[in-house]
Amino acid sequence: MEGILTLHDFMLYTKSVTYILVVVALLGLAGFFWFLNERDEDDQDEPGIEH
Amino acid sequence: MSSQAVRADRGLITPFNVIAGVIVIMGMVLTAWRFAGGLGAVTNLDNHYPWGLWIGLDLMAGVALAAGGFVTSAAVHVFGMKKYSSAVRPAILTGFLGYALVVIALHYDVGRPWRLPYPFIMSQGTTSLLFEVAACVALYLTVLFLEFSPAAMEWLGLKRARMIVVKLMLLLTIFGVVLSTLHQSSLGALFLIAPGKLHPLWYSSYLPVFFFVSAVVAGLSMVIFESSLTARYFADKMDEAHKQEKTTVAFGFAKAAAFTLVGYFFAKLIGIAVDNNWHYLASGYGAWFLVELLGFVALPAFLFAIGSREKKLGLVKFTAVWTVFGIILNRLNVSLIAFNYHLPASERYFPSWQEIGTSIFLITLGLIAFKFIVTRMPILYSHPDYPDEH
Amino acid sequence: MALTRRNFLGWLGAGAAATTAAAVKPAVAASNKHFEGHPDSNAVLHDLVACVGCRRCEAACNKVNDLPEPDQPFADLTVLETKRRTTDKTYTVVNRYDGLRPTGLPVFAKKQCNHCLEPGCASACFVKAFTKTPEGPVIYNPKVCVGCRYCMIACPFEIPAYEYDKAFDPEVVKCTMCHPRIMEGKLPGCVAVCPTEALVFGKRKDLLHTARQRIARRPDLYVDHIYGENEMGGTSWLYLSDVPFEKTGMRMDLGTTPAPALTAGALAAVPMIAALWPVLLGGVYLMSTRRDKEAHKEKEDALKSAREQEQAAAKASLKKASEDAAKAQQKAVEKAVKDALAQAEKKREEEQKAKQQAQEAGQSPDGQGQESEEES
Repeated sequence: MEGILTLHDFMLYTKSVTYILVVVALLGLAGFFWFLNERDEDDQDEPGIEH
Repeated sequence: MSSQAVRADRGLITPFNVIAGVIVIMGMVLTAWRFAGGLGAVTNLDNHYPWGLWIGLDLMAGVALAAGGFVTSAAVHVFGMKKYSSAVRPAILTGFLGYALVVIALHYDVGRPWRLPYPFIMSQGTTSLLFEVAACVALYLTVLFLEFSPAAMEWLGLKRARMIVVKLMLLLTIFGVVLSTLHQSSLGALFLIAPGKLHPLWYSSYLPVFFFVSAVVAGLSMVIFESSLTARYFADKMDEAHKQEKTTVAFGFAKAAAFTLVGYFFAKLIGIAVDNNWHYLASGYGAWFLVELLGFVALPAFLFAIGSREKKLGLVKFTAVWTVFGIILNRLNVSLIAFNYHLPASERYFPSWQEIGTSIFLITLGLIAFKFIVTRMPILYSHPDYPDEH
Repeated sequence: MALTRRNFLGWLGAGAAATTAAAVKPAVAASNKHFEGHPDSNAVLHDLVACVGCRRCEAACNKVNDLPEPDQPFADLTVLETKRRTTDKTYTVVNRYDGLRPTGLPVFAKKQCNHCLEPGCASACFVKAFTKTPEGPVIYNPKVCVGCRYCMIACPFEIPAYEYDKAFDPEVVKCTMCHPRIMEGKLPGCVAVCPTEALVFGKRKDLLHTARQRIARRPDLYVDHIYGENEMGGTSWLYLSDVPFEKTGMRMDLGTTPAPALTAGALAAVPMIAALWPVLLGGVYLMSTRRDKEAHKEKEDALKSAREQEQAAAKASLKKASEDAAKAQQKAVEKAVKDALAQAEKKREEEQKAKQQAQEAGQSPDGQGQESEEES
């Protein structure tokens, strides 16, 4: 952060971090959704329905 | 099998094959010309117009019109509208081919196409909306391929692989919606950086929203249009369920498109209001803007509503084509017609015949691929071994 | 990580300048981010009042950058008859504007990359091919350029050009502010040859000072505006003029928003969509499957109760049928017994009669026995 003097450099840094977080978020959400619904016995086929 | 035999009997000299053949030969000549001579040899692009027809039509309009895949699969797999399930596979196929063509078109347009993976592997310019578009288009093309793959696997008899993909369908659909939302809107956001070049009536901080909403409309209209085409030319490939659901899909999607168009209409008005651009409506560009807004947004909203209320299939089909033209017009307006509006007429861009020819060539490639797949794979009918999948 | 490393190395390379800068002025404010740019960056001040349109800057630029020979020599001033822009063969052009001065003398304006403090080209580039150097110039790295030309869309001053005629290694072309020469301690080529001091090179903050002084000294002559001080967030090429800037091809409607800020909102929406759309869609999915399941269950239940009713009805009717059957059987039995008794009575009477006739005795009781068997 010390050496960031322009808005462009700031955005380059923050957006790069953000994109990494986006990937983590997408994978995390998918996994968590599965974790949430896996045990619902009446929804056995939940995270991957067939259609 | 039997239909292939019939086709073979008719021989290769069908009107479709002859015309497609001529276009493909022309396209191959143009391709050689483009890659041997550079962009300057075949395009009218210049330093004021770095983006021409290949971006305006093939990328901007192409991506919007390929939105049917995510709209339909979301309706069926996420929103649970099972009555439209027969529309999913054709829409996914159209979407997949559409995005594939967009990526092919990009290879023609960028200066050094072999460097297209650079944003991901060499130097990540994360401040650019084009980075966002590139990442999402690349990922979404993969998602569409996977969503389409069960049809190919049924054709090839790969039961186990198919089971795995089918289990992932919900995940793929949600990823598809997220990625589509992101890149459809980002295509509009590309122009946010050029407020001085895009006419104020089209430039708006809501551009990403406009692009996303109009892409949904384009997707819905394309599904109606495409299903009317397949009903006409591939009726022999459709099973009873698909034939019966066809009108359900048309009226349901017409209703959705009508309502979305009305929302889009008000969003556009709000866009003018927040920037207080009303006075521009009185100019020449204003008249052109009104043609787009009234003729290609308000009018189709009304026609779709009439068509779905009174169950007029012909009107719905016509309006779908009209709306598709309207979306293409909007993308061309933003990227070419209202872009560089400040330049004198002598410096304005008009595509060269080679650019137009290449675009026609790419669309023809898409049609050929569509025909090849639809006549072989279970797109318009349920595979007898997997009866419940549609 | 590699992303930041490159910048980091760049800042290290900038050396003392960068570190002192950080020490002198905190670049990042507490909550509302604010950036002052590289503090000791260089700039060029172009004073239109002093420019005589000799085109020596164009010639010098062509020479120091090894650009191709132009069609017409630089001494040929008829080139000024037409309005020109930068191209892939010219980093800078001088344009002539007639009829703007009361004296009748033409105005000349030099056009080249303005080296924005927050460059639109850099913000738009998806491979980070453009860098705003701490020295001031915005430089281009052809080694990563894909040739998407989004920088040309983004540039508000319409500067970058493209080598459309090259098939295999086309590059974006624009003025470098002679970055290599600046690093050697030399002046940019155009500034070095300018005979009238229409071009002055120096620290940007010093040049802003100079420009303000010139305006203050001749308020009657100069337009009270330093073009480039705030345009698009400020540029490293500053302009003074005695005629309205917009008459000399410089747009006054660009605003002061730096280019990266124009797309910041849209970029900020990206991670939110990625994080929250799956939540919304997952919720909708669960709702729709729940609804389906309930509808399905209702249907099942309805079917079940219908089936039960049907079964009950069937049972009832069966029972009735069997009761009826039993009753009928009983009746039949009674009747049969009665009949049999009657028959027997009759028989006896007949037998009594037959004793007299003595020939047709046991036939009819057999037939009755068969009948009762069938009924049970």
